[in-house]
Amino acid sequence: MPRRLVTSDLVQQIPALKAGDELLISGTLFTARDAAHKRLAQIIADKQALPLDLVGSVIYYCGPAPARPGDAVGPCGPTTSTRMDPYTPMLLSLGVKATIGKGKRSPQITAACRDHQAIYCVATGGVAALLSQRVKRSQIVAFPDLGPEAIWRFEVEDFPVLVATDTKGNDIFAR
Amino acid sequence: MRTISSTVISETVARLCQQANYRLPPDVLASLVTARERETTPRACGVLDQILDNAHVARERGIALCQDTGIAEVYLKMGQDAHIEGESLQEAVDRGVAQGYTTGFLRPSIVKDPLDRVNTGDNTPAVLSVTIVPGDKIEITVLPKGGGTENASAMRMFPPSAGWSAVMDFVLETVREKGINACPPLIIGVGIGGSFGTVCGLAKKGLFRPVGSVASDPAYAAREKELLSAVNSLDIGPMGLGGRTTALAVHIEHGPCHIACLPVAVSLLCHSMRRLTETL
Repeated sequence: MPRRLVTSDLVQQIPALKAGDELLISGTLFTARDAAHKRLAQIIADKQALPLDLVGSVIYYCGPAPARPGDAVGPCGPTTSTRMDPYTPMLLSLGVKATIGKGKRSPQITAACRDHQAIYCVATGGVAALLSQRVKRSQIVAFPDLGPEAIWRFEVEDFPVLVATDTKGNDIFAR
Repeated sequence: MRTISSTVISETVARLCQQANYRLPPDVLASLVTARERETTPRACGVLDQILDNAHVARERGIALCQDTGIAEVYLKMGQDAHIEGESLQEAVDRGVAQGYTTGFLRPSIVKDPLDRVNTGDNTPAVLSVTIVPGDKIEITVLPKGGGTENASAMRMFPPSAGWSAVMDFVLETVREKGINACPPLIIGVGIGGSFGTVCGLAKKGLFRPVGSVASDPAYAAREKELLSAVNSLDIGPMGLGGRTTALAVHIEHGPCHIACLPVAVSLLCHSMRRLTETL
């Protein structure tokens, strides 16, 4: 049975979560994919102020499709996580506690999750219409000029994910 | 000679872009239902249930199956007795893609320059392929191809001595290394022969065949069966979480090649396998 968690609790409970645990997440996710990561890295390198608070945050690798009028969000499934691997250890060191995407990642991410007590979760790829029903509100918080690659704040209810990498170095894809 | 207005081409492309992104083709849907019946592990069944639910929601609500609504690959079979009046074919197709994507709530996913990476905003330009065929009709197919599956493509030039066993190993290596990121269950197009430039087109041609169809050449039909069975023994399963269904189909397209060469290409498609055809 999946465990229900709110994002504030998720942060507290991360050390107890194990690779293979099913979660239903409620609370706040920030989307970021390739271009947003590149820009965040530049801001960090330049020692400028970040447009969002990374401490205790959950980053969702997603570039949503546009929403129909009246919908909270457009279709919004996960994108391939490994493309964000070069940036992830740095973001975890700045306080990001969970990342959500799809697919297998590099061994460096398993190590970084252990070092920074963070987890990596997978959502099912290609079921964007279904996942959009779990997003109750959405709003662009940074980089609107990047179009679908802007950073969005999603308020989610029972967003289904599976823990892929835990804080103990376990990885469900290491089979 | 039959005359077709470029506006009709644009309108058809726009409609195909939208409907392809909202609805799974019946052959793909049927194959996913069969796969669900065959799976036994809770994780594989859970993923396939989500995929089937997603197809239902997207169709009912008229929204995209996947947020990655792809690069618009447009394949046109142009009858040699048909004449297009108005804009150039590329302009007509691009206008259709722009209209389809911007009015259909589909994601613009194309950057104008591969290094500067500024989004064009309307998903243009389309990748247009034209084949001239007998007759006076124009058949248009739109295949929105996601970036995750494109990144999982592979191409290699083998020596002729390598033969079928090397082809098999190459396909299995590609699926093992990159298959998870292409959102399995996959449809696998394999191109064998041709040249460096055309073998990738052969692999993509394989993606158009209906799932469940058998190659017309019995030798290739047997190879497809052998390869599908080997792929499904890898235990990658739906979304890489284990299971019997790593691929729904393997389709091989082959062509003549140079005496020194054995080109092989692999193109993967995700379970959200979208393609739609209309004939004018």
